[in-house]
Amino acid sequence: MGDLKESASQTAGPYVHIGCVPSFAGLSGMYGGRDLGASMITDDVIGQRIAVTGCVYDGDGAPLTDAMIEIWQAAPDGTFAMDGFSSWGRQPSAADTGVFTFDTLKPAAIGNQAPHIMVWIVARGINLGLTTRIYFPDEDNSPDRVFTLAGARADTMVAAATADGYHIDIRLQGPNETVFFDV
Amino acid sequence: MTENLIKPRDLDWHPQPYAQDYRSTHLRAPAHARLHYTPTSTEMAGPAFGHGMLGDHDDDLIVNYAAAGQSAIGPRIIVHGTLRDEDGRPVPNKLIEVWQANAGGRYRHKKDGYTAPLDVNFGGCGRCITGEDGSYSFRTILPGAYPWPNGGNDWRPAHIHFSVFGDGFAQRVITQMYFEGDPHIALCPIVQSIPDAAAIDRLVARLDMAKTIPMDIRAYRFDIVLRGRSATPFENAMEGT
Repeated sequence: MGDLKESASQTAGPYVHIGCVPSFAGLSGMYGGRDLGASMITDDVIGQRIAVTGCVYDGDGAPLTDAMIEIWQAAPDGTFAMDGFSSWGRQPSAADTGVFTFDTLKPAAIGNQAPHIMVWIVARGINLGLTTRIYFPDEDNSPDRVFTLAGARADTMVAAATADGYHIDIRLQGPNETVFFDV
Repeated sequence: MTENLIKPRDLDWHPQPYAQDYRSTHLRAPAHARLHYTPTSTEMAGPAFGHGMLGDHDDDLIVNYAAAGQSAIGPRIIVHGTLRDEDGRPVPNKLIEVWQANAGGRYRHKKDGYTAPLDVNFGGCGRCITGEDGSYSFRTILPGAYPWPNGGNDWRPAHIHFSVFGDGFAQRVITQMYFEGDPHIALCPIVQSIPDAAAIDRLVARLDMAKTIPMDIRAYRFDIVLRGRSATPFENAMEGT
C-alpha cells in the first residue's frame, strides 16, 4: 500500500471564503455564525498578547484582497496545545485593503528554533499553498536552522514592530520576494 | 513519543506555480523555487478538531442553508471516500471542508457575477470529520459548470473544492474534485496546470452505483491522499540539527 501519491493540489480559487470563512462570506448563521480559527485566545491566558497584521502583494505590488491565511505557532509555553489558546488561526485578507489581522500570543522558542509563526497562504492564482514563516525583530534568530537556510533573503520573514504587535509584508514576486518553503 | 518524519512532497506531481494558460498565476507565482527543509516540530504538529464541533447538518449541503422543509435545487448526490496517507493508512478524525457552486454554476459570493441565479436554499458550504477508518461522506447537489474570466472562452468543469487537514500542518492541502466523464476537464487551464495525467485522474470522482440509493440519490466516490511518512524517526531531540 506504499504506492499511493498525495492528492494533487488545486487553487483555493476566489470563492475560498464560502467554504472556510462562511460568515465572512455572508452565509449568515452557517456553523453557528462562528468562522473556524477566528479566535485564537479563548480564555484568560498567560502570555504577551500581540496583533499580527500583514498583507500579501502580487507582482504589480497590488494587495491580494481575496486570499485566506492560516497560521500555526507554538504557545508561550512552547507547546502547541496550551489551554485557553489555539495554536492555529485562520483569517481572510480584507476585501478592501488586503490586510489580515491575527490577535494572538507571542510564541516561545522551541529547542533551537527562534520564536516563529508558520504562515500558509491560499488564493486564486496560487496552485499550491505557500508556506513561509514570521520571525521577530526583537529576538535572536541566528540559531534557527530554517531562518539561516534563507541566507540573505531571511529578512523577508522578519516582521516590523507596531504599537500593539507586529506587521509582515509578504511579496509574491519582485526584488524583495518573500522566502517560501517546501517542507 | 516516536513518530516518523513526514515524507517530502513531490513538487513535480503538483500543479506548477506559474501556468501560462491560467492567467491569475502570472502575478502570483513566486519566481524563486521553494527552499526545502526537513520538517521541524512546528510542521510535524497540527490542529485537531473533534466531532463535537459539527452541527447536525454540516455534512448536508442539500439542507444546511435551506428554509425549514425545503431543499436545494439540483441533482442530489452523496460524495464519499476515504482519507489515507501515502502509505495507505486511513487518517481518522480529520476535518474536511467543502465548497461549491450551485446547480446552475453560481457561487453565493459577492464577487461572482455570473448570470445563473442563486438558489435561496443553497449556501454551498459543508464540512465533516473522518471516521476511525478514514471514511467521510456528505450530501450535496451536483454543481454546474460556469464561465470564468481568463482571457478566453474558459469554463470550469463541475467541481467541489476540498480543504483537508492532516496530523501535521505539513500535510495540509486544498484541492478540487471533478466528475467522471466531464469534457471540460481536458479543456480547463486550472486542471491542466497539473503536469501528470495520472495526478489529474486521481482528482476525478467515480459514479458509485453500490452506494447509490435507489429512487433517492446517486453516489460519487472520491478518495483523498495525504503525504505519508518516511523511514526516519522524528524526535524532538533532532530540533535545530
